[in-house]
Amino acid sequence: MEPFTTLSGIAVPLDEANLDTNQLCPTRFNKVAKGPRFRDILLHDRRFNADGSEKPDYILNQEPYRQAVIAVAGRNFGVGSSRETAVFGLMGFGIRSVIAPNFGDIFYNNSLKNGLLPVRLPGPTVETLIRQLLARPGATMTVDLPEQVVTGPDGARHRFEVAPLSRKRLLRGLDEIAHTQEYAGAIRRFEQSQASAFPWLQPAS
Amino acid sequence: MKTLFDKVWDSHVVAREEDETLLYVDRCLIHEGSRHTFDTLHERGLAVAHPDKVFAFSDHYIPTDPRARAGGLANLPDPEIRNMIELLERNTDEYGIARFGWGDARQGILHVAGPELGLSQPGIALVGADSHTSTHGAFGNLSFGIGASETTHVVATQTIWQRRPETLRIRIDGTPGFGVTAKDIILAVIAKIGIGGAIGYAIEYAGSTIARMSMNERMTVCNMSIEAGGRAGMIAPDETTYQFLADRPFTPKGAAWDAALAFWRTLPSDPGAAFGKEVELDAASVAPMVTWGTNPEQALPITGRVPDPDRETNAERRGEYAKALAYMGLQPNVPLGDIAVDRVFIGSCTNGRIDDLRAAAAVAKLGRAVVPTWVVPGSEGVKRQAEAEGLDRIFTAAGFEWREAGCSMCTAINGDQLTPGERCASTSNRNFQGRQGPGGRTHLMSPAMAAAAALRGHLVDVRELGGRN
Repeated sequence: MEPFTTLSGIAVPLDEANLDTNQLCPTRFNKVAKGPRFRDILLHDRRFNADGSEKPDYILNQEPYRQAVIAVAGRNFGVGSSRETAVFGLMGFGIRSVIAPNFGDIFYNNSLKNGLLPVRLPGPTVETLIRQLLARPGATMTVDLPEQVVTGPDGARHRFEVAPLSRKRLLRGLDEIAHTQEYAGAIRRFEQSQASAFPWLQPAS
Repeated sequence: MKTLFDKVWDSHVVAREEDETLLYVDRCLIHEGSRHTFDTLHERGLAVAHPDKVFAFSDHYIPTDPRARAGGLANLPDPEIRNMIELLERNTDEYGIARFGWGDARQGILHVAGPELGLSQPGIALVGADSHTSTHGAFGNLSFGIGASETTHVVATQTIWQRRPETLRIRIDGTPGFGVTAKDIILAVIAKIGIGGAIGYAIEYAGSTIARMSMNERMTVCNMSIEAGGRAGMIAPDETTYQFLADRPFTPKGAAWDAALAFWRTLPSDPGAAFGKEVELDAASVAPMVTWGTNPEQALPITGRVPDPDRETNAERRGEYAKALAYMGLQPNVPLGDIAVDRVFIGSCTNGRIDDLRAAAAVAKLGRAVVPTWVVPGSEGVKRQAEAEGLDRIFTAAGFEWREAGCSMCTAINGDQLTPGERCASTSNRNFQGRQGPGGRTHLMSPAMAAAAALRGHLVDVRELGGRN
């Protein structure tokens, strides 16, 4: 996983609530193997007409937002389906951090596993950030993971919380499976004790 | 004093680090969409730790058109869809993972066929590469949906890192009225707490209404926990649970059954155990529900009217309502019972079980479909049972189309989908924009309500059709 430390750049306001993962990645694109195609898959049916032409009104199709690296969105971002392709879409577009009042649990975890940082900030703070970004298209923001601070377009600093182990993994770009393999002994001991306490759970040999 | 959730969680802790717990996973369910997991296993040369604890189902991409199934996988015309099904076959063969796929009498949706096999047992930790894995918690276990990276981690290590969720108890008491089903009750819960109402929580459903439900009804309730944002939905195991589990292929037999049963009886929440949050619902106050908008909390009793954004006092909600109505092509204040539908879909992991098909058939007997109506059993097992009871003949006599088992028009990825602008009365679980096909419009409801809409060609209160025994 690519490490995440401090990210600065153009922030795009996605001024709506309930952007579910069906919107972030329409189902038919779940077949696509991870790769560059995901740049155009993010929010595809919002961004493109049925004939494949762009919808010029949609914010992600406008300059300077095509260069956005941060998205600020309404509540319940990423609820719904477990599809990790929703995260692939954001990453493919170039977005490495999403700021919202709350996130669907599965999307939140999927993001952390891919080096995309989901940042929870209070609803009124998110509303303010969206207003500021709409007023100044192309304004930049900073997401500082070591300090756990978001700096808004006006320079105001907003502290955020992130789970300590997830933070450590992101900062170092740690590989989770390799990390877990250090617990191989504990896993083996668990399996032995479970086999004697709950023998009916063991697969039939 | 511990809750059911506490007991299951605590008995699966392998290790702790900082704020996270390494949990042991007893069973992992996957499907054709799990290709990203196998891509990573291949790329990194990883082994599957316990292939006998992983179970694969062909459901998302498999066709439900009987002619396509009869033609065989090799003759499936869409190469991309065929590829997804073939990938699952190749990958499960390569790693020695059990597959319930094309041509197998046990094939079906992972959340319907899995419980039929007896894979979902009290007290276990089960994960699935699908958000509706919360379904299995109906058996008194901890079951939740995960993404592709987490699935890769599980199959490689048989464990998963998790932050402990809070607990939410939803107590449902009272006797539901005529025509009110488990689907109406869970839609009423979601309308009450919202699609984000249970984010960060594991839900336990309790109360007399839940206690009286069949396992199939309990699965419908737990299935939609994720539509309220809940990580998991659980119900304490009881005699209903044990009766369902007896003599299933993967449940213990003989002395092992007795030992398992003794353990299962220790699982229900201790009286007085504390929950992080409590919600109550009176089942007697619930009417048959339909959704009118573009997420599952936008639901109302069928006796209601389309909301008027101008009368909504909350500014944020006003905007959301207006957008939802624009997408759904609806005018404010129209009675919900006046909304005409183009198609009807009966099936899915929410409502594709035998009880659901019986309820739909009881209504289908009363008339004839006036719009195209599909009945898609949740599994081959459900299909055989329904045919043994003659339900398929009731459906076909009423002009409903009887199809093969799969996810079909719920996830709309196998070619079964709405055309832009089409409006569907659906027993599935999500009415998100484009969920049943780009531009498609979905109204969620119970199987009986969907069958009633098929006969009338518009949303209708099933209680008006009579049919009470």
